[in-house]
Amino acid sequence: MNKRWGYWLFFAALFLAPFYLTEFRLSLLGKFLCFAIVAVGISLIWGHTGILSLGHGVYFGLGAYCMAMYLKLEASRGHLPDFMEWSGVRELPWFWKPFAHPMVAIAAAIALPTLLAALLSYFTFKNRIQGVYFSLLSQAVVVVFVTLFIGKQEWTGGTNGLTNFSTVFGFSLSSPLTQIVLYWLTAAVLALIFVMTRRLTTGRLGKVLIAIRDAENRVRFLGFNPTVYKVFVYSLSAAFAGVAGALFVLQVGLISPEMMGIIPSIEMVLWAAVGGRHSLMGAIMGAIVMNTAKSFLSENYPDLWLLLLGALFVVVVLFVPKGLAGIYESLAAVRIKEKRGHECEARVDVS
Amino acid sequence: MLIDQLFNGLSVGSILLLIAIGLAITFGLMGVINMAHGELMMVGAYTTYVIQQIFAHHAPQSAGMYFVIAIPSSFLIAALLGWGLEKSLIRHLYHRPLDSLLATWGISLILQQTARLIFGAPNVAVVPPSWLDGGIHLFGAVFPYKRLFILCLVLVIVFFLYMYLTKTRAGRRIQAVTMNRPMAACLGIATPKVDAYSFAIGSGLAGVAGCALTLLGPIGPTIGTYYIVDAFMVVILGGVGKLAGTMVGAFGIGLISTFVEYSTSATIAKVIVFVLIIAFLQWKPSGLLRLRTRSLD
Repeated sequence: MNKRWGYWLFFAALFLAPFYLTEFRLSLLGKFLCFAIVAVGISLIWGHTGILSLGHGVYFGLGAYCMAMYLKLEASRGHLPDFMEWSGVRELPWFWKPFAHPMVAIAAAIALPTLLAALLSYFTFKNRIQGVYFSLLSQAVVVVFVTLFIGKQEWTGGTNGLTNFSTVFGFSLSSPLTQIVLYWLTAAVLALIFVMTRRLTTGRLGKVLIAIRDAENRVRFLGFNPTVYKVFVYSLSAAFAGVAGALFVLQVGLISPEMMGIIPSIEMVLWAAVGGRHSLMGAIMGAIVMNTAKSFLSENYPDLWLLLLGALFVVVVLFVPKGLAGIYESLAAVRIKEKRGHECEARVDVS
Repeated sequence: MLIDQLFNGLSVGSILLLIAIGLAITFGLMGVINMAHGELMMVGAYTTYVIQQIFAHHAPQSAGMYFVIAIPSSFLIAALLGWGLEKSLIRHLYHRPLDSLLATWGISLILQQTARLIFGAPNVAVVPPSWLDGGIHLFGAVFPYKRLFILCLVLVIVFFLYMYLTKTRAGRRIQAVTMNRPMAACLGIATPKVDAYSFAIGSGLAGVAGCALTLLGPIGPTIGTYYIVDAFMVVILGGVGKLAGTMVGAFGIGLISTFVEYSTSATIAKVIVFVLIIAFLQWKPSGLLRLRTRSLD
């Protein structure tokens, strides 16, 4: 009961943020909430199912690129996008054409990452390739996509990525009101995904997932097919990342291969690790805290930031594997113990 | 043309093998993914750079000989670093492979940034020894000495490693631990010690790989990340715990990627090679060759 009130309070504070944050801070928070959506997905697959994916940057990037293609086409008003002209492309490539329609773009931003994740996970989990092998394969996916997106400059904008957008659904992206609406949309999506994932993980499915994490073979002996479960949650978390990417590009107005590379992908894992991989709310907090720290430190001490990030990986893994949520839980446990202790004492006094 | 491609493929394969062979030891033995492997390579490369600078300043008449010293010193320094890493960090994480992956990635970030602070972010060039300039002209193709040297170096290392693992006591202990850790421990092998020195050997080999890479081009703090993902693919493809598998994997990926690259483009080649690896794993999920064990979980 207590916990539920905490959640309500947290999301209420998020929804009211436009009233007490400056425009700049709000745009930062909006960006972090997109990352928090990714972190929930990572907590679902890593903390609950034991799949460590180093490839979520790609799903995030794919979602972002799908949305960005629509924004780019709307910004070019029927002409060829500027970077295509620079690369000497005469006509819009066929796969760009459907993205002129926003609904197609939104659907693709969810469907493409899901499909890619489903393919990758099906073909690896089916063969019982697990653990670190899967992590490394998912990292290879990142390398493949980043080289592809940089190499096919005439279709993707190369290292610069896609930027210079003007409007979405006819509303100017630079107007504060649009930004606030987009922020609310992001917060709503985060809340929705949080509730949904919480339902999933506290139910029967969640139990199977944890069993898969702890002893996959035993689950198999009990007559479950872990492949189905793993493919499902992995694709679901890729879908979350895709949605997050689409929301991200709407608010930030830029997506480039650099944002989906190896380092961003692994940073996403760190958010969940810092917040507490087993806790969905922990993952959300981890994403927000880590990115706040990053935006502060990497601006003021860029040299120090990478050292700190590296040290943080080591420290979290070695000393606080349960992250912030773990610290909170153990504090709460101590408090409950103390309370109970007092009750016991009180009883002793009475008798 | 065909010979050219073939040689290129072998050359790329030999570089991959040089990097992957250290990984095969650490990964095969302990199941630890050492993401800092690429940075240990970088340490080797910078060691070579420093030694070359020292030679150029203090003994210019024998500057070409620096390479002879650079190879063992980069091995030693990287091995020492790896040993320290195992003692301080990795040994606490043997039962949590995914966590060890993250922790070593943190180490790799720290090492990269340290290199950036010491040597600067831009790449530095190591002047290759003059006796490796030029090449052999054969069948209308040119075989550069540098690439031939790397190829030979790899073969020599594989030979010695094979001899070490199968013919010496220390090596056989490594094999015993790889095959069955509890049983090896029961028979009186000090597995923590074996872990420490085999990790040191794996790291040292990474150092040698870094040293060899200085022959091919300028080096920088991020040199490790270029190769590391491919090297992991080699290990996955080759199967864990067998040197032969790693060899076939490395030359296989090297040859296929150069041929695909030749007929398409570098970017498409990356995609095709990755799809081929996934397709291959459908057929042999545990890689080409692997140690047979009966353990399940």
